[in-house]
Amino acid sequence: MPSNKSVSTAPITQFVNCRILRDHKLQREDLWVREGRILDPEKLFFDEEGYADQRVDCEGLIIAPGFIDVQINGGYGIDFSQATSNVRGGVALVAKKILEHGVTSFLPTLVTSPPNIYHKVLTEVKVHSGGVEGAGVLGCHLEGPFISLEKKGAHPEQYLRSFESGGMSDLIETYGTLDNVAMVTLAPELPNSEKVVRELAQRGITVSLGHSVANLSQAEEAVQHGASFITHLFNAMLPFHHRDPGIVGLLTSDQVPQDRTVFYGMIADGIHTNSAALRIAHRAHPTGLVLVTDAITAMGLPPGRHTLGQQVIEIQGLHAYVAGTNTLCGSIATMDMCVRHFKQASGCSVEEALEAASLHPAQLLGISHCKGTLDYGADADLVLLDDALNVRATYIAGQEVWRK
Amino acid sequence: MRTMKLIILNDYDQVGEWAAKYIRNKIINFNPGPDRFFILGLPTGGTPLGCYKKLIEFYKEGEISFKYVKTFNMDEYVGIPRNHPESYHSFMWNNLFKHIDIKSENTHILDGNAANLVEECDSFEEKIKAAGGIDLFVGGIGPDGHIAFNEPGSSLLSRTRVKTLAQDTILANARFFDGDLSKVPTMALTVGVATVMDAREVMILITGTHKAFALYKAIEEGVNHMWTVSAFQQHPQTVFVCDEDATLELRVKTVKYFQGMMHVHNKLVDPQPSK
Repeated sequence: MPSNKSVSTAPITQFVNCRILRDHKLQREDLWVREGRILDPEKLFFDEEGYADQRVDCEGLIIAPGFIDVQINGGYGIDFSQATSNVRGGVALVAKKILEHGVTSFLPTLVTSPPNIYHKVLTEVKVHSGGVEGAGVLGCHLEGPFISLEKKGAHPEQYLRSFESGGMSDLIETYGTLDNVAMVTLAPELPNSEKVVRELAQRGITVSLGHSVANLSQAEEAVQHGASFITHLFNAMLPFHHRDPGIVGLLTSDQVPQDRTVFYGMIADGIHTNSAALRIAHRAHPTGLVLVTDAITAMGLPPGRHTLGQQVIEIQGLHAYVAGTNTLCGSIATMDMCVRHFKQASGCSVEEALEAASLHPAQLLGISHCKGTLDYGADADLVLLDDALNVRATYIAGQEVWRK
Repeated sequence: MRTMKLIILNDYDQVGEWAAKYIRNKIINFNPGPDRFFILGLPTGGTPLGCYKKLIEFYKEGEISFKYVKTFNMDEYVGIPRNHPESYHSFMWNNLFKHIDIKSENTHILDGNAANLVEECDSFEEKIKAAGGIDLFVGGIGPDGHIAFNEPGSSLLSRTRVKTLAQDTILANARFFDGDLSKVPTMALTVGVATVMDAREVMILITGTHKAFALYKAIEEGVNHMWTVSAFQQHPQTVFVCDEDATLELRVKTVKYFQGMMHVHNKLVDPQPSK
């Protein structure tokens, strides 16, 4: 049908024969897109007397907002914490590949590294929108080096640091810059952390608690100062104890300010967290659960030895260990695998599983007005899935960027 | 032909289906085209929902197209945003327009946010005239016997205008506004009784026991401005489609008479005419 639009002459795409995730429910509604954003068809009809230029038949598939991965260390042989000669190329390769998993935006994550790595990588990796070349980069996630020695996990001990110079100056010295940084994971029990948490939060950088031996009070204080995320809940922190629940206690803490939510990352690969523990967390605080892959270099690669940060790792099946030990050093599950596993292990609804990978990370990063939802005006980053939650197609800004 | 028909069906769903088939057949027999639009008047509310659902089905099955149909809605609230979930614009979009192939420029709904409400009403009358008048006006009936928002006491010669809503209507509408009376609109723009009377044919849908008394007043008592639907006793071509519950206040004799004619009346809806 010919267009008759007074507001814009840009082409309008109407996705039909689909179920869309809106208002926390899967609904049989068409999805309209124009100029890379979700369009209000009622407004189009009455205000502009307009209609679709192109129809996409989704053949009954589910349309969800594109997935957002806030913790991914690399994949397909690429390690974001390595200063190679082509840092941008490496990020771009992973960005392209993860489109197959329904991921449309991500935070390239750097584990504890020496200052020269941060200085190099952070100047190369910039925030940019996704498209046909790959998922969008929302900023980097710096996991370390201001973390606890006791809970370093797979991070290299020699590069751990503390806030000995008072706080922010240590950060700037280590990282070089805070431009293009979206998230910092730190251990709040480190002296002088309060100033750092406040300052980072004020700059709009998400502060996450992790690799820490903080008790619940220390964790609560950090939240009051601005921390809003927990890095891979249960892993690299004190275990839940009924007289001091530690960081895990934040899920049900009454010290969290009213207007704020504490989100928590969950590696739902069936390995990093026992299903029963996953269910306890989910039931205690369902709206805060954020699925993350914490995927490492070897994700997407065959079994064997590969590098992660400054260390060597070994793949055995779906497990990735620090070579020669039993310490897990990240997962090789993809985001869509995590969504499926989470749904199956927690018994949650399809909507909840999808929101844990889209809406919740968007809310965490404070970008839910344009990402993580299919509300009118939001960016048209979409993932088309079948009922078993297998990814069939991925769209960024209304453009198809991958199809099975 | 000048007739009054009372179609009595078993339940709400049958009323919706019969009415939708009637409209479908009218459009097909009219054979609309680019120079010859079928002009349809439409209501909102719970009563026509079943009919709209069926019309959407017929469209999806390829039995009708709304490409050459123009619509004029009966009314719209004054002062609520056009995209408010309870506005009649939203109702028509969600329950009919978004599911069929009608073009926006062929739909007409009064604008309750117009800068000059009187001009808006006059202009609506002009548009109906320019379209050649209404071929079939579909309507419902209020428990107080009103057609559109022509509340008891409205002039039977009225045209499209601004009306203050009766207390009964406001109370009945409260359920759509979180039960908060302060949120319910108190004024509306509505077609007049005479506006609907000008249509070449009128079909009134009445379902449910709460409408039974109004139906009785409309067809078994005299023409009276306190029960404005009664005006259609003087319209040359009216069909009242109702379910059994709505007939509960009618005389058994009336009901039996019209039920006896159902085998004739059903020929108006089945079979579907060939295109």
